[in-house]
This record gives sequence, C-alpha cells and structure tokens, in this order.
Amino acid sequence: MNNLVEIRNLRVAFDGVPVLHGIDLDVAPGEALGLVGESGCGKSVTWLAALGLLPGKASVSGSVYLQGQDLTGAPRQALERVRGKRVAMIFQDPSSALNPVIRVGRQIIEALRLHRGLAGTAAKTEALRLMDLVGIPDARNRFNLYTHEFSGGQAQRLMIAMALAGEPDLLIADEPTTALDATIQAQILDLLITLRHEMSMATVFISHDLAAVAQVCERVCVMYAGKIVEEGPVAQLFDTPRHPYTQGLFDAIPSLSGPRRRLVPIPGTVPDPRHLPTGCAFEPRCARARTFCTQHRPELLPQPEGRQLACAYPVPVAQDAVQPEEEYQ
Amino acid sequence: MSPLLEARDLVRIYQTRRGLLGRPSNVRAVDGVSLKVRRGETLGVVGESGSGKSSLGRMLLGIDTAQGGAVYTNGKAMPVFGSPEWRSLRARIQMIYQDPLAALDRRISVAEQLREPLDIHRIGDSESRMARVHEVMLSVGLRLDQADKFPHELSGGQRQRVVIARALMTEPELLVCDEPVSALDVSIQAQVVNLLADLQHDRGLGMVFISHDLKVVRNLCDRVAVMYLGRIVEEGPADTIFSDPQHPYTQALVSSVPQPGRALKSRIILQGEPPNPGNRPPGCAFHPRCHKAEDICRHTVPETRSAGVECRAACHFAGHASLRELA
Ligand SMILES: Nc1ncnc2c1ncn2[C@@H]1O[C@H](COP(=O)(O)OP(=O)(O)OP(=O)(O)O)[C@@H](O)[C@H]1O
Ligand SMILES: Nc1ncnc2c1ncn2[C@@H]1O[C@H](COP(=O)(O)OP(=O)(O)OP(=O)(O)O)[C@@H](O)[C@H]1O
Ligand code: SF4
Ligand SMILES: [Mg+2]
Ligand SMILES: [Mg+2]
Repeated sequence: MNNLVEIRNLRVAFDGVPVLHGIDLDVAPGEALGLVGESGCGKSVTWLAALGLLPGKASVSGSVYLQGQDLTGAPRQALERVRGKRVAMIFQDPSSALNPVIRVGRQIIEALRLHRGLAGTAAKTEALRLMDLVGIPDARNRFNLYTHEFSGGQAQRLMIAMALAGEPDLLIADEPTTALDATIQAQILDLLITLRHEMSMATVFISHDLAAVAQVCERVCVMYAGKIVEEGPVAQLFDTPRHPYTQGLFDAIPSLSGPRRRLVPIPGTVPDPRHLPTGCAFEPRCARARTFCTQHRPELLPQPEGRQLACAYPVPVAQDAVQPEEEYQ
Repeated sequence: MSPLLEARDLVRIYQTRRGLLGRPSNVRAVDGVSLKVRRGETLGVVGESGSGKSSLGRMLLGIDTAQGGAVYTNGKAMPVFGSPEWRSLRARIQMIYQDPLAALDRRISVAEQLREPLDIHRIGDSESRMARVHEVMLSVGLRLDQADKFPHELSGGQRQRVVIARALMTEPELLVCDEPVSALDVSIQAQVVNLLADLQHDRGLGMVFISHDLKVVRNLCDRVAVMYLGRIVEEGPADTIFSDPQHPYTQALVSSVPQPGRALKSRIILQGEPPNPGNRPPGCAFHPRCHKAEDICRHTVPETRSAGVECRAACHFAGHASLRELA
C-alpha cells in the first residue's frame, strides 16, 4: 500500500440526516487532487471528517488511513499530532486560522515549536524563511505586525506559511482563493503549484472553480449530494466528461474566447439532504435520466479507460462527432 | 437622443481615520469617472477589490451623493437624494445587490416582497398589483406556488430571482447590478445571467453590471469599463477588451482568469499587492505593479486616449505598436 491517504466508506450525518454517503478516496504521495462540486455537496465535510474536525453532533463512520495508520477512532492527542504536522489545512477565510491579537511572526514560531520543536533563533530564522517562501515582501520588517495590517492576499499567504511550518505530507486547500481578486488569485494558485513541486507535498485543492482546478490538479473528483460521481485524470474528464453532472459543470463555465454565447445552466438546484431522491440524486436535473434512474442509485464503478463513474446512462464517448448519438447501456 | 444614463467626472471621497487618534485622511474612492449607458445596453464594470465599483454604482443611483461631477438620466440631472423627484426616478432605476438574503425581508412572503414597491410607489390597485406580481414571477422563472414561500425556504438562485423580480416590479429602464451572481454556483449563476440577458433583450433595459467575474462579463456585456484605484483605465466593446486589451492592468486581469486547457505559464502574474487608495502612487497609479512601466510612468499621469475603435485607455503606451510587440 503506497497511498498517502486512503479513505474508505466515509459517512457523515448531522442530526440523523446523512450528508456523506460513503466516500472512497485515495491520495498518492506528492499528487495534486481536485475536489469539485456545487455548494453543499460535501467537499469540506469529507476532509473535516477525515481529520476529526467536525463538531460532536456529527456522526462519522468509515475509515481514514494515513500511511497505514487508522485515524478514525484515534485518540484526540494522536489526531492533533497529525493535524498541522503531517496534514495541514488552509481555508477560504484566513481570519479563521490566524489570531488577530498575536503578531504574525509569533504565530508562525509557535507552529514551528509545536510541530518541529524549533525555538529561539532557529525558529525565527525558519519563520522568516517561510514568510519569504510564500512571498511576503519585506518579511523581516513585517514580522511583528498583526494580521489586520496585511491585505487579504497576504493574509492567505501567511496562512499558507503557517500550514507549511510542519512540513506536511499533505496540504488541503479549501477554497483558498475564492475571496480574492482575480490577479491575486492567480498569484496564490501559482504559489501553491510552486510549493507543491519544491516540497514534494501532496495537495488536495477544493473549489467550485472547475477551471482553476483543471489548471492546478492532475486528477479530479466530482462530488454531488454527498457522493463522488466521477473521478479521473483532469484531461480525461475535461475532454470527455461522462457523468452528465460533470458535463453540466463544464458547460456552465462561460468562455473567455470564441463567440459570445448564452450560458448553459444546469436546471434546478442541489437536493435537500433531508429529501434526497430515491434513485440517482442527480436524476431530477439530468437530461439523460430514464425511469431506471428514479429507482436505482448508481454505484461508483471503475471504467476501462481508467476513470470511475456513477451513472446508468453516461454521456457517450464521441468517437466521431458527426455520428448520431449512440445509446449506451 | 441623450443616453439613458450619463456620468461626468464623478468623484467620491471618504474620510477615514487610522485608529482612534489617527488624523483623518481623505480617500478618493472614485476619482473622475465618466461613462454612458444607452438604452438596451449593458455596461460591465470590472476591477480590483476596492477600486470603487460599488461606490460608483451607488452614485449612479443617487444613493450616495457625488462630491464632484454629475449624473444625468435621459439628459436630466439627478435629483437630490430623498426628494419626491428622486423617489419617482427610483421607480425607473433599480439596484440589485450581491447578497439576496440581505436585500429581502425575512419575515414576509415572496408575494409581499414583490408587491411592496408597487405599494410604495402607489402603482395600480390591489388586484392589478397581484396580477403584476404573478406576471413578473413567471417572467423570472419562479413558480406561482412559491409566492407564499419565505426567503429562507428558497435556494440561493431562487432568492436572487426574487431580488431581480422585485427590481423589475416598477418596470425600470435601468438596472444597476452589484455582483449579482458572485455568491452563486456556476450552474445556477448561468440561470440568473441568462435571465438578465433576456430582460435586457426583451425589454430594452439598460444595465450596469458590476462584477469581478470576467467570464460572465464577457458573455453578458456589450461594453466594459475597467477600474483601477478609482479611475477607469480602459473602456471599450467587450469583445475588444477581452481579445485585445490595451492597458497592462487589463492584460494582466484578463490573463489571470483560469481557463481549462490554457497553460498557467501564459499568464501575466502581477507582482506586488493591491493598491491602497489612501496612498495613491504618483504618475500612473498602476506603475508599481506594471510589467511594462518605464520612467515616464513613475512621474507623469497618463491621459485617457483613444486606443482603437470605440476604445479608450489610460496608459502612456496604449494603442502604440510598441506595446503590442512587448506583449
Ligand atoms: N456543522 C454542520 N451542521 C449541520 N450540517 C452541516 C454542518 N456542516 C456541513 N453541513 C451540511 O453538510 C453538507 C455538506 O456541506 P459541506 O460544507 O461539505 O459542503 P461543500 O461542498 O464544502 O460546500 P461549499 O462549496 O459551500 O463549501 C451540507 O448539506 C451542509 O449543510
Ligand atoms: N463608507 C465608506 N467609508 C470609508 N471608506 C469607504 C466606504 N466605502 C468604501 N470605502 C473605500 O472606498 C474604496 C472603494 O470601495 P468600493 O466598495 O467602492 O470598492 P469596490 O470596487 O466595490 O470593491 P469590491 O470589489 O471589494 O466590492 C475602498 O478603498 C473602500 O475601503
Ligand atoms: S502607463 Fe505605464 S505603468 Fe501605467 S499601465 Fe501603462 S505601462 Fe503600465
Ligand atoms: Mg466547503
Ligand atoms: Mg463592491
């Protein structure tokens, strides 16, 4: 077994309402994996559950292995050692992870002490190196500032510096650029890509922005209503999406070149977790659905070309665009 | 014929104070902005956070008063905020904000939210008001059984439809939309954008569409104004702005938009941080981050000049062949 992380049959329910319906997911060392899907489909909950960060009212089952070590049911102390040290998570909103009343330099030093046992000048030197690494200009003079004295993009960089303090094997970036300007988003995406290569650290990039994911990641998981519905290499999913939901997500992205066109929405909205359709959760919004779909929930199954897919009537692989659309069984 | 909306040299200054004891200083959030919107035309406004887009939007509606310059609708000067003339004008120009929950009253049903503007402006009797509510609901793709729902019982996209429906109740000629789809998933965003496009097309609505989503702006807007530190640095037809941007900031902005299938390397990554409006750099305000800046940019403010058909840009090198060679 040489996966860094293996998630098996992960299920989460809040107040008896299931929101994750059995997630199986692997992350290989050093790879960049994207997790996409509309708001509420369970992207964040998957990783919060895996790292034991959900509130007590959440009931979690299934298993999460980090290099063979089972994290589910691990004692709190063991989990705390893993978090930050071996797996670090950065969030959309830096203020949730940075302390407004402690100088930023101190916060990074504290993370270094906790995860790497560094202290004194060694810690300070390393903290400055990390601030440089994430591109904080003039780090030496800004070491003693508070977070509100940094811009949004810089606060995001500081959070990344904190996350790197433990030299993690896996960095989970949950919508790290959504709140930032386009030009600053581009800087942060660039930084994530560079860091990943320099530190040979695996990255899970959670986003609704399929285009950003396609640029950063090698492999993508598409989630819908608490399940993975399609998984595969970025280029494969992008060139020939097979799940109607994946195709819908790609089609909905307005283009920046070519003729201007009317946008292509996915009709309807994501289902309420309390009233999930009995069959395929996407069926009410799916143009390819048939009666079969209203009764049977499709399983995520491996396909010959390497991807995994959960759909009874997937989008045909167009061999030849002029051929009439073939029915798939 | 005079344009539906015209703004000339608008200025908006905020007084801010750093800390309790700090000396108050003036921030020119909008610094001499002129623009025109014709009937049936959509003008996109894009730019960095803090560049003054929302401040501009509020001045266009007369909600905030301009410290300099003037706004004209159909050739007439904007009446004073709160005056009876202003109120009757407000029926014809409406604003749509980003957050539908904040724009809606949580305690009343969809139908009541929609009827309210008619009540306020005393349009029609109760029967015709209800008929209008139903007509507008259908036109924005809401179902009539949703009339009795409360905002929290609707999805994000449906709520934003209610906000749009509310703005349409008084049959406005102009909509100012401030980030109307930013909080929505792409799949739902497309539904709302198409709705706005239909309204513009079918009713000849003029629209100012403020957004940081360049992909949406390109597909919806006829013309685009790009703002940087309170000024319009480039303006022109959407197709030209996106295919052949002249100002280096626009070039960086357009290239920073992630597009599947386009290599990261082809992007222009801006150096440096977003600017501080309280501390405007001398010369061209963009020069500290500009990948093409030369000496002149550091001390001389570039004038807005013509840069191709119906395009204008405020850069010393805009429209010059040399800039294109550099690109
Ligand atoms: N603390 C909580 N209590 C109750 N329900 C929760 C809680 N956290 C998440 N949920 C529910 O779990 C589901 C999955 O939420 P999750 O936050 O994982 O979505 P997401 O895919 O990350 O969405 P987004 O793109 O909006 O961040 C949603 O239906 C959400 O309402
Ligand atoms: N009420 C106010 N008092 C003081 N300063 C303000 C006020 N409103 C806005 N500003 C400042 O004016 C500048 C322009 O703000 P504005 O909200 O118009 O920008 P924006 O382009 O809409 O940004 P965003 O994309 O983040 O919405 C900013 O520097 C902002 O901090
Ligand atoms: S004027 Fe100079 S600094 Fe300003 S955008 Fe043009 S090249 Fe860049
Ligand atoms: Mg989330
Ligand atoms: Mg704004």
